[in-house]
Amino acid sequence: MSALPSSRPGTPRVGLFVTCLVDLMRPSVGFAAVKLLEDAGCIVEAPVQTCCGQPAYNSGDRGTTRDLAMRMIETFQGFDYVVAPSGSCAGMIRKHYPELFEEDPNWRAKASALAAKTFELTSFLVDVLGVTHVDATFQGAVTYHDSCSGLRELGVKTQPRLLLSGVKGLTLVEMNDSDVCCGFGGTFAVKYSDISSSIVDAKAKNVEAAHAQTLLAGDLGCLMNMAGKLSRDGRPVEVRHVAEVLANMTDEPAIGLAKDAAHK
Amino acid sequence: MTVHTTSPQFKQNATRALHDVQLQKALNNVKQGFIDKRQAAADKLPEFEALRDSARDIKNHTLEHLDLYLEAYEAKVKASGGHVHFARNADEAREIILKICREAGAKTVTKGKSMISEEIGINHYLEANGITPVETDLGEYIIQLRNELPSHIIAPAVHLNASQVEQDFRRVHTHLDAKRDLSEPVQLLTEARAVLRERFLAADVGITGANFLVAETGTSIIVTNEGNGDLTQILPKTHVVLASIEKLVPTLEDVSQLLRVLARSATGQEMSVYTTFSTGPRRPGDADGPENYHVVLIDNGRSSMLGTSFEEMLRCIRCGACMNHCPVYHAVGGHAYGWVYPGPMGAVLTPSLIGVDKAGHLPNASTFCGRCESVCPVRIPLPKLMRHWREREFERHLTPASVRSGLNLWGFFAKRPALYRFATRAAMATLGFAGRRRGRFSWLPLAKGWTKHRDFPAPQGETFQARWQRERSRRTA
Ligand code: SF4
Repeated sequence: MSALPSSRPGTPRVGLFVTCLVDLMRPSVGFAAVKLLEDAGCIVEAPVQTCCGQPAYNSGDRGTTRDLAMRMIETFQGFDYVVAPSGSCAGMIRKHYPELFEEDPNWRAKASALAAKTFELTSFLVDVLGVTHVDATFQGAVTYHDSCSGLRELGVKTQPRLLLSGVKGLTLVEMNDSDVCCGFGGTFAVKYSDISSSIVDAKAKNVEAAHAQTLLAGDLGCLMNMAGKLSRDGRPVEVRHVAEVLANMTDEPAIGLAKDAAHK
Repeated sequence: MTVHTTSPQFKQNATRALHDVQLQKALNNVKQGFIDKRQAAADKLPEFEALRDSARDIKNHTLEHLDLYLEAYEAKVKASGGHVHFARNADEAREIILKICREAGAKTVTKGKSMISEEIGINHYLEANGITPVETDLGEYIIQLRNELPSHIIAPAVHLNASQVEQDFRRVHTHLDAKRDLSEPVQLLTEARAVLRERFLAADVGITGANFLVAETGTSIIVTNEGNGDLTQILPKTHVVLASIEKLVPTLEDVSQLLRVLARSATGQEMSVYTTFSTGPRRPGDADGPENYHVVLIDNGRSSMLGTSFEEMLRCIRCGACMNHCPVYHAVGGHAYGWVYPGPMGAVLTPSLIGVDKAGHLPNASTFCGRCESVCPVRIPLPKLMRHWREREFERHLTPASVRSGLNLWGFFAKRPALYRFATRAAMATLGFAGRRRGRFSWLPLAKGWTKHRDFPAPQGETFQARWQRERSRRTA
């Protein structure tokens, strides 16, 4: 791990677990996370990484999951903390990695050590670093969707709202059933697409009824699902990852929008 | 053999349900009613979360020592003058019940609401043997008239509306005035009551389920809101209790703990309207009660779950909270699951009872949102158990080939970081370029399931890792 900057006392060295979707689909979310972490006084590194194994895990392929988990454990073992801009991917490590190695005490200990230092982005900022305010401006009414794993596995609910409440120009309006699943569920959205569509339809209606111009959440999978539905139905709501707003990095078009194009 | 299943056709069932306008309206009531009421009831009781822990512990303890508690229970029932019959499967249970009915010379049998009786398909069996079973819970009565399975474990007819029930009553209650007014729900209720009252009085045998069986006293307990269970078990000469073996609980004290979470989780009531205890037949001097008291203890697959990762499912107290909070249940209703038990608890239990080859869709049709586990009064980790089923399916190569090959491909790259970066960089550049005009795709060849219903947002183009490397090397240069 010689490539890593050495840590000064009191300066946490954070490994950014960028997550597959952010890496591939919306890297700007990753850079927003880096900015938030650096502003909060962390040294941030993004080691070469692939996938935490969640798709395999939820499809019943424990063998592949374990292989990928071992790789993750090794990749991130030198950091003080591991932070992901996703409740679901952070939850995979925090809640499920230790379970994967029940019969292997050596790996189980390593998995538990990684689990203990892994956090979802907003909860890391608020709960670990004690951040209460970010310097950002965003105009308009926004509503926040609580993604399931972040909410129920990691208790992410008040943290993003606390940080959003300090963003200049922003009003947070709550939609009905903000804590109900959006119907994404990884491969579920493709395997059971009719059911998934009906669930995200209910979500889209709640978003629209809240009269917010922007929908935020902390998980890109859910965001792509909701953005895809809103745009297909012609509902004029912009969709972004919460980190983009908190980091004051909203120059990139919203999810599903083209550069310099508004919703038609 | 048990009841016919359409679980293998889950997808088709679900699609049909999604297009059923009337059903969708009815499901809206589930979404709104149960959830708020449960939350209000839980909020009012400061020790509710602690009670859930102790409910879990009581059931775990019982399951660990199930053999001992079964023996103790049996001895108590016998001592109070009752009979205990053990049935290994549905066939045996049905034969035992038929024999009891024959010995009682039964022509009609009244029934309290019981999911295990649905599981073993007792109604059709009795009918085929010349005995008329009459469901006395209003919802079950309606379901019986329609020859359907319940669509919810505590609200069997929740998928129906009043006008459908009115049509059924007019079709079946032909002895009543055809011009009668049935436009109000209360009129339907009154009519059902009147019809059922005669049936109660005529019945030779009453069959009930059990919410709990108490080892300490040999007592069986049912909770209802209509009082029909009481009339079912008190009026006929013979009372038969049908219960699966995991209904056992050590003591009355334990039951009182479980009752405190049961109704609150189910309907938001502090207690159900009726909580009825019965211990053995009528004793000399008792004001009422049956002359004969039988308990049929049914295994039907439970004991093979003991000691496996599915043992936790045997804690279930059938409150229905998991389905009340399930987005998939809200979308498709109970019948889509294709067998007796719907929702998250059905998604775990059904593969255990009828085989994962038939019920394989059920544990897969979940987003793992975790809301079921967050409300389950006995803290069953339902998503985890569904995942265990997916693992069994994967091991047995029951996972669809398309999913397997997709996963293999993904896994292949994910295990090879250099290749991964190379391949994803190229793929995202192409996809980002193709989608740059609109920012999204309304059709993608490999994601038809996705793009059938929603757009696929285009990637920004460059991957995070590529840009990070580029910028970092510039920073350090
Ligand atoms: S699994 Fe839990 S929530 Fe679902 S019916 Fe059983 S006890 Fe109730």
